Amino acid sequence: MAAIEVKGLAKSYGDVVAVDGVDITIESGEVFALLGPNGAGKTTTVEILEGHRSADGGSIRVLGFDPSTGGRAYRERIGIVLQEGAVERELSVREALSIYGGMYPRRLDADHLIDLVGLTEKADARIKTLSGGQQRRLELALGLVGDPDLLFLDEPTTGFDPSARRQAWGILENLTALGKTILLTTHYMDEAQHLADRIAIIDRGTIVAEGTPETLGGRADGKSVIRFALPRGVSPEEVPVSAITVNGDLVEVSADSATRALHELTTWALGNGLELERLQVTRPSLEDVYLELTGEQ
Amino acid sequence: MSNDALRRPSVAALVWQQFRYQNKVFWRTPIAAFFTIVFPLMLLVLFTAIFGNEEIEDLGITTAQYFTPGLAVFAAVSATYTNLAIGTAIARDNGILKRIRGTPIPPWAYIAGRVASSVYLAFLAMVLMMGAGVVFYGVQIIARTLPAALLTFVVGVSCFAALGMLVAAISPNGDAAPAITNATLLPVAFISNIFFPIENPPRWMEIAGNFFPLKAFAEAFRDAFDPTLTGPQFHWPQIGYLLLWGVVAGLLAIRFFRWEPSAGTTSRRRRRDKSEPVAA
Repeated sequence: MAAIEVKGLAKSYGDVVAVDGVDITIESGEVFALLGPNGAGKTTTVEILEGHRSADGGSIRVLGFDPSTGGRAYRERIGIVLQEGAVERELSVREALSIYGGMYPRRLDADHLIDLVGLTEKADARIKTLSGGQQRRLELALGLVGDPDLLFLDEPTTGFDPSARRQAWGILENLTALGKTILLTTHYMDEAQHLADRIAIIDRGTIVAEGTPETLGGRADGKSVIRFALPRGVSPEEVPVSAITVNGDLVEVSADSATRALHELTTWALGNGLELERLQVTRPSLEDVYLELTGEQ
Repeated sequence: MSNDALRRPSVAALVWQQFRYQNKVFWRTPIAAFFTIVFPLMLLVLFTAIFGNEEIEDLGITTAQYFTPGLAVFAAVSATYTNLAIGTAIARDNGILKRIRGTPIPPWAYIAGRVASSVYLAFLAMVLMMGAGVVFYGVQIIARTLPAALLTFVVGVSCFAALGMLVAAISPNGDAAPAITNATLLPVAFISNIFFPIENPPRWMEIAGNFFPLKAFAEAFRDAFDPTLTGPQFHWPQIGYLLLWGVVAGLLAIRFFRWEPSAGTTSRRRRRDKSEPVAA
């Protein structure tokens, strides 16, 4: 059974359309990333699924519940890691996990969670003494304390420095090993690519592409680009493949079959005693796809 | 699933847990503990020192016998009205209320825990104040009027807890809540004869004093500790007036309560989060 099934989700704030007909299906155990620029509708979509907001239209089933009416039984099975969540700063890490854990019928052991997010040495420290990164890791532990079937992660590493991000990714990778369904939102392409089984790109309230990190936006079918420096004394017309463009002294070949084009090029080069300097073959990166789809520069 | 339902914590257990946790937070917030518990006791020491603990001629009772119940009411109102308004508004700014909404605890159970904690602290502050009055200033406690004192106290703190939640509901952010509570409680305390009885007040002051619920609370509670009076001292009109204020405030608080920070709220915490990258 799909963990999340959303069809035609719509939400407006006054005249501003935040989400405009979003369809998402997420299977149990899947890590799904909703990727998009700021203001694309990611947080609105997730907050509707969490039950924080009501939708204007569309059908929504999450773990078999309608989040807006699921109430306590629904919230016992989800975990939410808010972008700007907090707990009472006067409590210790262990106290916070024990209090929030006490609200759930199932719960994960507080010490185990503290180890999982790397706060062992801060277990009895007041939350107000934690660094920003440590507080975000506590957030993650609080999202997991009820042993949820589904975890929402809203921009888990926004504002992190690079080493804090790597550390957070390490923790999140451990989670995926637990078999939890995870819906994460992010505006970092590398984060989606690194963590997710499947990615949907959302822009201006609609899903513009969906797929695995490898196939997203037709990347698997997209043409490869072969680049090399034009050998001295050779004119572009002599290159034996079609669809070439010359960019300075670099030749770019756009090829449906990189193997065939490379074979033709290297046969030609070897036969004429030429060296193809700076030869490289590239596939469209997720970044290329993302920038093209969201029109961001 | 049925297994989950069986192991689900009872609502009573959740309220009890929130109650204990809110108490813990209170004692770890020195400024709240100071203004609720210590500051009213300091006022008692000051007033008896300034006015002398002699018999007040017009009233026929000592200074401490007059001031202690009034200051106990003041402390109880700080514990409920001021602390609930500020604590709840800041919890909303920080995203704590939003987090609570994403957990299985029924929202009203969370609010009940918060309110119960403030009522308990109000009771504690009142007992400490009356105890200090008895031990150090010879204040008399009258067994005959204790039921009236307790009933008045319970109704009064409930009324001010509801008013505190109303201020929390209508405060645009956590910085506004202390401004609203201070700007209302202090002037109203003056015109409600909490700090000293005003002889022949201007008419408007008397009308305003009679309008706000603090004077009804203080008068009904104080008369239950007045040895010159007879009878059980149940002040039904005042108790009814406190109930009316409490019910109206409670309904308005429910009507306007918000769980999420208002758009554009920049609490200290948020400003800090935005300004620099989070380090490991």
